Amino acid sequence: MSTDVVDCLVIGGGLVGASVAYGAAKSGASTLLLDEGDAAVRASRGNFGLVWVQGKGDGLPVYAAWTRQARLMWTDFAAELLADTGVDVQLRETGGYWFGFSDEEMEQRQAMLQPLWDQGGVPFQMLDYSDLKARVPRIGPAVVGGSFCPLDAHVNPLRLLHALHKGMTQAGTRLINGAPVQDLAWDDGIFTATVGTATYRARRVVLAAGLGNRKLAPMLGLHAPVVPNRGQILVTERLQPFLASVTNKARQTEEGSVQLGSTEEDVGYDDRTTLPAMKALARRGVQTFPLLANAKLVRAWGALRVMTPDGFPIYEESAECPGAFIVTCHSGVTLSALHCKRISAWILGNEVNPDSTRAFSSGRFSKGEPA
Amino acid sequence: MMEEALFQPTLVSERPRIEIRFNGTPLEVPAGTSVAAALLVSGVAQFRTTPVGRSSRAPWCMMGVCFDCLLEIDGKPNVQGCMTAVKENMDVRTQWGAARYE
Repeated sequence: MSTDVVDCLVIGGGLVGASVAYGAAKSGASTLLLDEGDAAVRASRGNFGLVWVQGKGDGLPVYAAWTRQARLMWTDFAAELLADTGVDVQLRETGGYWFGFSDEEMEQRQAMLQPLWDQGGVPFQMLDYSDLKARVPRIGPAVVGGSFCPLDAHVNPLRLLHALHKGMTQAGTRLINGAPVQDLAWDDGIFTATVGTATYRARRVVLAAGLGNRKLAPMLGLHAPVVPNRGQILVTERLQPFLASVTNKARQTEEGSVQLGSTEEDVGYDDRTTLPAMKALARRGVQTFPLLANAKLVRAWGALRVMTPDGFPIYEESAECPGAFIVTCHSGVTLSALHCKRISAWILGNEVNPDSTRAFSSGRFSKGEPA
Repeated sequence: MMEEALFQPTLVSERPRIEIRFNGTPLEVPAGTSVAAALLVSGVAQFRTTPVGRSSRAPWCMMGVCFDCLLEIDGKPNVQGCMTAVKENMDVRTQWGAARYE
Protein backbone atom coordinates (compact mmCIF):
# COMPACT_ATOMS: atom_id res chain seq x y z
CA MET A 1 0.00 0.00 0.00
CA SER A 2 1.58 3.24 -1.16
CA THR A 3 1.53 6.00 1.41
CA ASP A 4 0.60 8.67 -1.10
CA VAL A 5 -2.73 6.98 -1.88
CA VAL A 6 -5.52 8.39 0.28
CA ASP A 7 -8.62 6.45 1.32
CA CYS A 8 -11.04 9.11 0.16
CA LEU A 9 -10.65 11.91 -2.37
CA VAL A 10 -13.49 14.44 -2.36
CA ILE A 11 -13.83 16.82 -5.30
CA GLY A 12 -15.66 20.00 -4.36
CA GLY A 13 -15.39 22.05 -1.15
CA GLY A 14 -18.98 23.29 -0.86
CA LEU A 15 -21.52 22.14 1.70
CA VAL A 16 -21.85 18.68 0.13
CA GLY A 17 -18.16 17.93 -0.26
CA ALA A 18 -17.20 19.39 3.11
CA SER A 19 -19.96 17.40 4.87
CA VAL A 20 -18.77 14.14 3.31
CA ALA A 21 -15.10 14.92 4.02
CA TYR A 22 -15.89 15.83 7.64
CA GLY A 23 -17.67 12.51 8.13
CA ALA A 24 -15.04 10.45 6.33
CA ALA A 25 -12.17 12.03 8.22
CA LYS A 26 -13.93 11.55 11.56
CA SER A 27 -14.36 7.84 10.71
CA GLY A 28 -10.59 7.60 10.41
CA ALA A 29 -10.26 7.60 6.62
CA SER A 30 -7.35 9.58 5.19
CA THR A 31 -9.16 12.28 3.26
CA LEU A 32 -8.10 14.80 0.64
CA LEU A 33 -10.40 17.53 -0.63
CA LEU A 34 -9.69 19.35 -3.89
CA ASP A 35 -11.58 22.62 -4.33
CA GLU A 36 -11.72 24.39 -7.66
CA GLY A 37 -11.41 27.89 -6.16
CA ASP A 38 -13.39 31.08 -6.50
CA ALA A 39 -13.78 30.64 -10.26
CA ALA A 40 -16.31 27.91 -9.39
CA VAL A 41 -20.03 28.69 -9.37
CA ARG A 42 -20.24 28.37 -5.56
CA ALA A 43 -23.87 27.50 -4.79
CA SER A 44 -22.88 27.14 -1.12
CA ARG A 45 -22.01 30.86 -0.89
CA GLY A 46 -25.45 31.96 -2.08
CA ASN A 47 -27.60 29.77 0.12
CA PHE A 48 -30.72 31.01 1.90
CA GLY A 49 -30.12 28.91 5.03
CA LEU A 50 -33.28 26.81 5.28
CA VAL A 51 -33.32 23.38 6.88
CA TRP A 52 -36.57 22.64 5.08
CA VAL A 53 -38.68 19.49 5.03
CA GLN A 54 -42.20 20.68 4.16
CA GLY A 55 -43.16 19.81 0.59
CA LYS A 56 -39.90 18.00 -0.20
CA GLY A 57 -40.47 14.72 -2.06
CA ASP A 58 -43.46 15.75 -4.15
CA GLY A 59 -43.25 13.07 -6.87
CA LEU A 60 -40.74 10.88 -4.98
CA PRO A 61 -42.03 10.14 -1.44
CA VAL A 62 -38.84 8.26 -0.51
CA TYR A 63 -37.16 11.65 -0.73
CA ALA A 64 -39.62 13.06 1.82
CA ALA A 65 -38.56 10.31 4.24
CA TRP A 66 -34.89 10.92 3.37
CA THR A 67 -35.23 14.66 4.09
CA ARG A 68 -37.11 13.97 7.32
CA GLN A 69 -34.34 11.69 8.50
CA ALA A 70 -31.69 14.27 7.55
CA ARG A 71 -33.58 16.91 9.51
CA LEU A 72 -33.87 14.73 12.62
CA MET A 73 -30.08 14.33 12.62
CA TRP A 74 -29.58 18.11 12.63
CA THR A 75 -30.09 18.74 16.38
CA ASP A 76 -27.18 16.52 17.40
CA PHE A 77 -25.16 17.60 14.38
CA ALA A 78 -25.27 21.30 15.35
CA ALA A 79 -24.13 20.37 18.86
CA GLU A 80 -21.33 18.21 17.43
CA LEU A 81 -20.14 21.05 15.17
CA LEU A 82 -20.12 23.42 18.15
CA ALA A 83 -18.18 20.94 20.29
CA ASP A 84 -15.67 20.14 17.53
CA THR A 85 -15.12 23.62 16.14
CA GLY A 86 -16.52 26.22 18.54
CA VAL A 87 -18.69 27.53 15.69
CA ASP A 88 -22.36 28.08 16.50
CA VAL A 89 -24.22 27.59 13.23
CA GLN A 90 -27.33 29.22 14.78
CA LEU A 91 -29.69 26.28 14.22
CA ARG A 92 -33.19 27.50 15.12
CA GLU A 93 -35.75 24.72 15.21
CA THR A 94 -38.83 26.92 14.98
CA GLY A 95 -41.06 24.95 12.63
CA GLY A 96 -41.80 26.58 9.28
CA TYR A 97 -44.71 28.35 7.66
CA TRP A 98 -45.75 28.49 4.03
CA PHE A 99 -48.18 31.26 3.06
CA GLY A 100 -51.04 30.96 0.57
CA PHE A 101 -52.58 33.90 -1.29
CA SER A 102 -55.72 32.21 -2.67
CA ASP A 103 -58.10 29.39 -1.75
CA GLU A 104 -56.92 27.54 -4.82
CA GLU A 105 -53.28 27.69 -3.65
CA MET A 106 -54.39 26.40 -0.25
CA GLU A 107 -56.21 23.41 -1.79
CA GLN A 108 -53.22 22.55 -4.00
CA ARG A 109 -50.94 22.79 -1.00
CA GLN A 110 -52.99 20.37 1.07
CA ALA A 111 -53.24 17.93 -1.84
CA MET A 112 -49.45 18.05 -2.23
CA LEU A 113 -48.60 17.68 1.49
CA GLN A 114 -51.04 14.85 2.32
CA PRO A 115 -49.16 12.04 0.47
CA LEU A 116 -45.87 13.24 1.96
CA TRP A 117 -47.34 12.57 5.41
CA ASP A 118 -48.97 9.29 4.33
CA GLN A 119 -45.88 7.93 2.59
CA GLY A 120 -42.96 9.96 3.96
CA GLY A 121 -44.00 10.65 7.56
CA VAL A 122 -43.67 14.43 7.20
CA PRO A 123 -46.25 16.08 9.49
CA PHE A 124 -48.12 19.22 8.48
CA GLN A 125 -51.03 21.37 9.52
CA MET A 126 -53.23 23.61 7.34
CA LEU A 127 -54.09 26.94 9.00
CA ASP A 128 -56.79 29.42 8.04
CA TYR A 129 -56.15 33.16 8.26
CA SER A 130 -57.18 33.61 11.89
CA ASP A 131 -55.17 30.61 13.15
CA LEU A 132 -52.17 31.78 11.17
CA LYS A 133 -52.55 35.39 12.34
CA ALA A 134 -52.57 34.20 15.95
CA ARG A 135 -49.26 32.41 15.37
CA VAL A 136 -47.53 34.84 12.97
CA PRO A 137 -49.07 38.18 14.01
CA ARG A 138 -47.30 40.36 11.41
CA ILE A 139 -48.88 38.78 8.31
CA GLY A 140 -50.94 41.09 6.12
CA PRO A 141 -54.54 40.76 4.89
CA ALA A 142 -53.46 39.48 1.46
CA VAL A 143 -52.45 36.18 3.08
CA VAL A 144 -55.36 33.70 2.90
CA GLY A 145 -53.87 31.02 5.12
CA GLY A 146 -50.89 28.75 5.33
CA SER A 147 -49.34 25.44 6.16
CA PHE A 148 -47.04 24.60 9.05
CA CYS A 149 -44.48 21.84 9.46
CA PRO A 150 -42.89 21.45 12.91
CA LEU A 151 -39.71 19.97 11.41
CA ASP A 152 -38.64 23.05 9.43
CA ALA A 153 -35.71 25.04 10.78
CA HIS A 154 -32.99 27.43 9.67
CA VAL A 155 -29.27 28.04 10.15
CA ASN A 156 -26.66 30.58 9.15
CA PRO A 157 -25.35 28.87 5.99
CA LEU A 158 -22.01 30.69 5.91
CA ARG A 159 -21.29 29.68 9.50
CA LEU A 160 -22.20 26.13 8.52
CA LEU A 161 -19.73 26.11 5.64
CA HIS A 162 -17.07 27.57 7.92
CA ALA A 163 -17.78 24.99 10.65
CA LEU A 164 -17.63 22.09 8.19
CA HIS A 165 -14.30 23.28 6.82
CA LYS A 166 -12.90 23.77 10.30
CA GLY A 167 -14.22 20.40 11.44
CA MET A 168 -12.97 18.46 8.47
CA THR A 169 -9.46 19.93 8.58
CA GLN A 170 -9.23 19.42 12.35
CA ALA A 171 -10.22 15.78 11.76
CA GLY A 172 -7.30 15.43 9.36
CA THR A 173 -8.70 16.27 5.94
CA ARG A 174 -6.08 17.82 3.70
CA LEU A 175 -7.67 20.71 1.81
CA ILE A 176 -6.15 22.03 -1.40
CA ASN A 177 -7.68 25.25 -2.71
CA GLY A 178 -7.43 26.51 -6.27
CA ALA A 179 -7.28 22.94 -7.58
CA PRO A 180 -9.61 22.48 -10.58
CA VAL A 181 -9.59 18.80 -11.57
CA GLN A 182 -8.98 18.42 -15.30
CA ASP A 183 -8.89 14.65 -15.56
CA LEU A 184 -9.87 11.55 -13.61
CA ALA A 185 -8.65 8.05 -14.34
CA TRP A 186 -9.16 4.64 -12.76
CA ASP A 187 -6.66 1.83 -13.00
CA ASP A 188 -6.48 -1.35 -10.95
CA GLY A 189 -8.55 0.04 -8.09
CA ILE A 190 -6.66 3.33 -7.82
CA PHE A 191 -8.05 6.67 -8.97
CA THR A 192 -5.81 9.44 -10.24
CA ALA A 193 -6.94 13.07 -10.37
CA THR A 194 -4.96 15.50 -12.50
CA VAL A 195 -4.72 19.17 -11.53
CA GLY A 196 -2.33 21.01 -13.87
CA THR A 197 0.99 19.21 -13.50
CA ALA A 198 0.05 17.62 -10.16
CA THR A 199 -1.64 14.25 -9.66
CA TYR A 200 -3.42 12.87 -6.60
CA ARG A 201 -4.20 9.21 -5.97
CA ALA A 202 -7.02 7.63 -3.95
CA ARG A 203 -8.83 4.36 -3.35
CA ARG A 204 -12.21 6.10 -3.44
CA VAL A 205 -13.33 9.29 -5.10
CA VAL A 206 -16.43 11.36 -4.39
CA LEU A 207 -17.73 13.81 -6.98
CA ALA A 208 -19.27 16.65 -4.99
CA ALA A 209 -18.55 19.46 -7.41
CA GLY A 210 -22.10 20.77 -7.87
CA LEU A 211 -22.58 21.94 -11.44
CA GLY A 212 -19.00 20.82 -12.14
CA ASN A 213 -20.12 17.20 -11.72
CA ARG A 214 -21.72 17.36 -15.16
CA LYS A 215 -18.26 17.39 -16.76
CA LEU A 216 -16.48 15.14 -14.24
CA ALA A 217 -19.05 12.31 -14.01
CA PRO A 218 -18.51 10.80 -17.51
CA MET A 219 -14.78 10.44 -16.78
CA LEU A 220 -15.70 7.67 -14.30
CA GLY A 221 -18.72 6.14 -16.01
CA LEU A 222 -21.22 8.24 -14.05
CA HIS A 223 -24.02 10.47 -15.28
CA ALA A 224 -24.89 13.89 -13.80
CA PRO A 225 -27.36 15.81 -15.96
CA VAL A 226 -27.34 18.83 -13.62
CA VAL A 227 -28.23 22.32 -14.81
CA PRO A 228 -28.13 25.74 -13.13
CA ASN A 229 -31.30 27.36 -11.81
CA ARG A 230 -30.98 30.93 -10.60
CA GLY A 231 -32.41 32.20 -7.33
CA GLN A 232 -32.34 35.88 -6.34
CA ILE A 233 -32.51 37.05 -2.73
CA LEU A 234 -33.09 40.45 -1.09
CA VAL A 235 -31.72 41.47 2.32
CA THR A 236 -33.09 44.28 4.49
CA GLU A 237 -31.38 46.46 7.05
CA ARG A 238 -31.36 45.01 10.56
CA LEU A 239 -34.80 45.15 12.12
CA GLN A 240 -36.12 44.49 15.60
CA PRO A 241 -37.15 40.82 15.86
CA PHE A 242 -40.66 40.36 14.46
CA LEU A 243 -40.54 36.96 12.77
CA ALA A 244 -39.94 34.24 15.33
CA SER A 245 -40.38 31.31 12.94
CA VAL A 246 -38.81 30.55 9.62
CA THR A 247 -40.97 30.73 6.49
CA ASN A 248 -40.38 29.37 3.01
CA LYS A 249 -39.85 32.84 1.52
CA ALA A 250 -38.56 34.93 4.40
CA ARG A 251 -36.37 34.46 7.42
CA GLN A 252 -35.07 36.89 10.00
CA THR A 253 -31.49 36.23 10.94
CA GLU A 254 -30.12 36.21 14.45
CA GLU A 255 -28.70 39.70 13.79
CA GLY A 256 -32.04 41.13 12.61
CA SER A 257 -31.66 41.18 8.80
CA VAL A 258 -34.62 39.85 6.85
CA GLN A 259 -33.84 37.69 3.83
CA LEU A 260 -36.52 37.58 1.14
CA GLY A 261 -36.33 34.84 -1.44
CA SER A 262 -36.36 33.59 -3.98
CA THR A 263 -36.83 33.31 -7.69
CA GLU A 264 -36.50 30.20 -9.84
CA GLU A 265 -35.08 31.15 -13.21
CA ASP A 266 -33.70 29.15 -16.10
CA VAL A 267 -31.05 31.56 -17.37
CA GLY A 268 -27.96 29.37 -17.79
CA TYR A 269 -24.87 30.43 -15.89
CA ASP A 270 -25.96 34.07 -15.45
CA ASP A 271 -25.94 34.69 -11.67
CA ARG A 272 -26.70 38.42 -11.78
CA THR A 273 -29.62 40.18 -10.14
CA THR A 274 -32.39 41.78 -12.21
CA LEU A 275 -34.71 44.68 -11.42
CA PRO A 276 -37.99 42.86 -12.31
CA ALA A 277 -37.10 39.95 -10.01
CA MET A 278 -36.10 42.27 -7.17
CA LYS A 279 -39.37 44.22 -7.56
CA ALA A 280 -41.42 41.01 -7.49
CA LEU A 281 -39.62 39.76 -4.35
CA ALA A 282 -40.08 43.11 -2.61
CA ARG A 283 -43.76 43.26 -3.57
CA ARG A 284 -44.47 39.78 -2.23
CA GLY A 285 -42.45 40.48 0.92
CA VAL A 286 -44.54 43.57 1.66
CA GLN A 287 -47.79 41.72 0.84
CA THR A 288 -46.83 39.06 3.33
CA PHE A 289 -45.47 41.41 6.01
CA PRO A 290 -46.78 44.98 5.51
CA LEU A 291 -44.35 46.36 8.10
CA LEU A 292 -41.56 45.78 5.56
CA ALA A 293 -42.97 48.57 3.34
CA ASN A 294 -40.64 51.16 4.90
CA ALA A 295 -37.67 48.89 5.53
CA LYS A 296 -34.56 49.64 3.54
CA LEU A 297 -32.94 46.99 1.36
CA VAL A 298 -29.19 46.79 1.79
CA ARG A 299 -28.22 43.91 -0.48
CA ALA A 300 -29.41 41.60 -3.23
CA TRP A 301 -27.72 38.65 -4.84
CA GLY A 302 -28.22 35.87 -7.34
CA ALA A 303 -26.87 32.32 -7.06
CA LEU A 304 -27.23 29.15 -9.08
CA ARG A 305 -28.93 26.05 -7.72
CA VAL A 306 -27.65 22.65 -8.80
CA MET A 307 -30.72 21.00 -10.33
CA THR A 308 -31.27 17.55 -11.73
CA PRO A 309 -34.15 17.15 -14.25
CA ASP A 310 -36.54 16.05 -11.46
CA GLY A 311 -34.98 18.15 -8.69
CA PHE A 312 -33.97 15.17 -6.52
CA PRO A 313 -30.42 14.18 -5.57
CA ILE A 314 -28.16 11.71 -7.31
CA TYR A 315 -26.31 9.22 -5.10
CA GLU A 316 -24.61 6.48 -7.08
CA GLU A 317 -21.51 4.34 -7.20
CA SER A 318 -20.03 3.83 -10.64
CA ALA A 319 -20.58 0.34 -12.04
CA GLU A 320 -17.71 0.90 -14.46
CA CYS A 321 -15.22 2.21 -11.87
CA PRO A 322 -16.17 0.81 -8.42
CA GLY A 323 -15.10 3.17 -5.66
CA ALA A 324 -16.22 6.26 -7.61
CA PHE A 325 -19.29 7.95 -6.17
CA ILE A 326 -21.44 10.87 -7.17
CA VAL A 327 -23.20 12.99 -4.56
CA THR A 328 -25.18 15.90 -5.92
CA CYS A 329 -28.24 17.76 -4.69
CA HIS A 330 -29.65 21.23 -4.31
CA SER A 331 -30.31 20.93 -0.55
CA GLY A 332 -26.79 21.04 0.81
CA VAL A 333 -27.87 22.64 4.11
CA THR A 334 -30.89 20.46 4.89
CA LEU A 335 -29.04 17.24 4.03
CA SER A 336 -25.68 18.18 5.59
CA ALA A 337 -25.88 15.91 8.67
CA LEU A 338 -27.02 12.95 6.58
CA HIS A 339 -24.23 13.51 4.06
CA CYS A 340 -21.72 13.70 6.89
CA LYS A 341 -22.90 10.51 8.59
CA ARG A 342 -24.69 8.11 6.28
CA ILE A 343 -23.35 9.11 2.88
CA SER A 344 -19.74 9.11 4.09
CA ALA A 345 -20.35 5.66 5.67
CA TRP A 346 -21.86 4.41 2.39
CA ILE A 347 -18.80 5.66 0.50
CA LEU A 348 -16.41 3.99 2.95
CA GLY A 349 -18.38 0.74 2.75
CA ASN A 350 -19.72 0.97 6.30
CA GLU A 351 -23.39 1.76 5.62
CA VAL A 352 -25.70 -0.83 7.17
CA ASN A 353 -28.31 -0.35 4.47
CA PRO A 354 -26.44 0.46 1.26
CA ASP A 355 -29.60 -0.07 -0.79
CA SER A 356 -31.16 3.04 0.74
CA THR A 357 -29.54 5.18 -1.94
CA ARG A 358 -30.85 3.07 -4.83
CA ALA A 359 -33.91 5.27 -5.43
CA PHE A 360 -31.51 8.16 -6.12
CA SER A 361 -29.40 6.60 -8.89
CA SER A 362 -29.08 8.38 -12.21
CA GLY A 363 -30.77 5.41 -13.93
CA ARG A 364 -33.99 7.40 -13.68
CA PHE A 365 -32.66 9.80 -16.32
CA SER A 366 -32.17 8.75 -19.91
CA LYS A 367 -28.54 9.19 -20.91
CA GLY A 368 -29.55 10.50 -24.31
CA GLU A 369 -31.67 13.21 -22.77
CA PRO A 370 -30.32 16.69 -23.53
CA ALA A 371 -30.61 18.08 -19.99
CA MET B 1 -24.60 61.63 25.53
CA MET B 2 -23.24 65.19 25.40
CA GLU B 3 -19.55 65.75 25.96
CA GLU B 4 -16.86 68.15 24.88
CA ALA B 5 -17.20 68.40 21.10
CA LEU B 6 -14.94 66.16 19.05
CA PHE B 7 -14.71 68.97 16.48
CA GLN B 8 -14.40 72.73 16.93
CA PRO B 9 -16.39 75.03 14.66
CA THR B 10 -14.29 77.24 12.39
CA LEU B 11 -15.98 78.87 9.41
CA VAL B 12 -19.34 77.35 10.33
CA SER B 13 -19.51 79.73 13.28
CA GLU B 14 -20.23 82.56 10.84
CA ARG B 15 -23.24 80.77 9.40
CA PRO B 16 -26.81 81.55 10.45
CA ARG B 17 -28.04 79.20 13.15
CA ILE B 18 -31.20 77.11 13.26
CA GLU B 19 -32.87 75.11 15.98
CA ILE B 20 -33.29 71.34 15.98
CA ARG B 21 -34.04 68.84 18.76
CA PHE B 22 -31.79 65.96 19.73
CA ASN B 23 -33.56 63.39 21.92
CA GLY B 24 -36.02 66.15 22.79
CA THR B 25 -33.39 68.72 23.83
CA PRO B 26 -33.27 71.91 21.71
CA LEU B 27 -29.93 72.52 19.99
CA GLU B 28 -28.79 75.59 18.07
CA VAL B 29 -26.73 74.40 15.13
CA PRO B 30 -25.18 75.96 12.00
CA ALA B 31 -27.49 75.98 8.98
CA GLY B 32 -26.35 74.58 5.63
CA THR B 33 -24.52 71.57 6.97
CA SER B 34 -25.24 67.86 7.45
CA VAL B 35 -27.05 66.53 10.50
CA ALA B 36 -23.89 64.60 11.41
CA ALA B 37 -21.70 67.72 11.33
CA ALA B 38 -24.32 69.68 13.26
CA LEU B 39 -24.41 67.08 16.04
CA LEU B 40 -20.62 66.69 16.16
CA VAL B 41 -20.03 70.42 16.71
CA SER B 42 -22.72 70.28 19.40
CA GLY B 43 -20.81 67.64 21.35
CA VAL B 44 -22.93 64.60 20.50
CA ALA B 45 -20.66 61.55 20.69
CA GLN B 46 -23.15 58.70 20.49
CA PHE B 47 -25.27 58.55 17.34
CA ARG B 48 -26.37 54.93 17.44
CA THR B 49 -25.83 51.61 19.19
CA THR B 50 -25.06 48.45 17.24
CA PRO B 51 -27.94 45.95 16.84
CA VAL B 52 -26.10 42.92 18.22
CA GLY B 53 -23.37 44.08 20.62
CA ARG B 54 -25.17 47.29 21.73
CA SER B 55 -21.95 49.31 21.64
CA SER B 56 -21.90 53.03 20.86
CA ARG B 57 -21.04 54.49 17.47
CA ALA B 58 -20.31 57.96 16.08
CA PRO B 59 -19.67 59.12 12.48
CA TRP B 60 -16.44 57.90 10.99
CA CYS B 61 -16.30 58.45 7.22
CA MET B 62 -18.67 61.44 6.85
CA MET B 63 -19.20 60.46 3.21
CA GLY B 64 -22.00 57.89 3.18
CA VAL B 65 -19.98 54.72 3.40
CA CYS B 66 -19.57 53.55 6.99
CA PHE B 67 -23.20 53.76 8.26
CA ASP B 68 -21.96 54.61 11.75
CA CYS B 69 -23.85 57.95 11.77
CA LEU B 70 -27.31 56.31 11.66
CA LEU B 71 -30.00 58.31 13.43
CA GLU B 72 -33.76 58.42 13.72
CA ILE B 73 -34.73 61.61 11.87
CA ASP B 74 -38.31 62.90 11.91
CA GLY B 75 -39.56 59.44 12.89
CA LYS B 76 -37.62 57.56 10.23
CA PRO B 77 -35.11 55.00 11.57
CA ASN B 78 -31.61 54.25 10.26
CA VAL B 79 -31.10 57.51 8.35
CA GLN B 80 -27.50 58.43 7.49
CA GLY B 81 -26.81 61.67 9.35
CA CYS B 82 -23.86 62.58 7.11
CA MET B 83 -26.00 62.39 3.96
CA THR B 84 -28.92 64.41 5.29
CA ALA B 85 -29.05 68.24 5.28
CA VAL B 86 -30.01 69.73 8.62
CA LYS B 87 -33.33 71.65 8.64
CA GLU B 88 -35.12 73.97 11.06
CA ASN B 89 -37.15 72.08 13.71
CA MET B 90 -35.77 68.67 12.73
CA ASP B 91 -36.50 65.96 15.31
CA VAL B 92 -33.33 63.88 15.63
CA ARG B 93 -32.96 60.90 17.93
CA THR B 94 -30.37 58.27 18.82
CA GLN B 95 -30.75 55.12 16.73
CA TRP B 96 -30.96 52.44 19.40
CA GLY B 97 -30.05 49.09 17.82
CA ALA B 98 -32.08 47.73 14.90
CA ALA B 99 -34.90 49.60 13.20
CA ARG B 100 -38.51 49.10 14.21
CA TYR B 101 -41.34 49.52 11.73
CA GLU B 102 -44.92 49.24 12.93
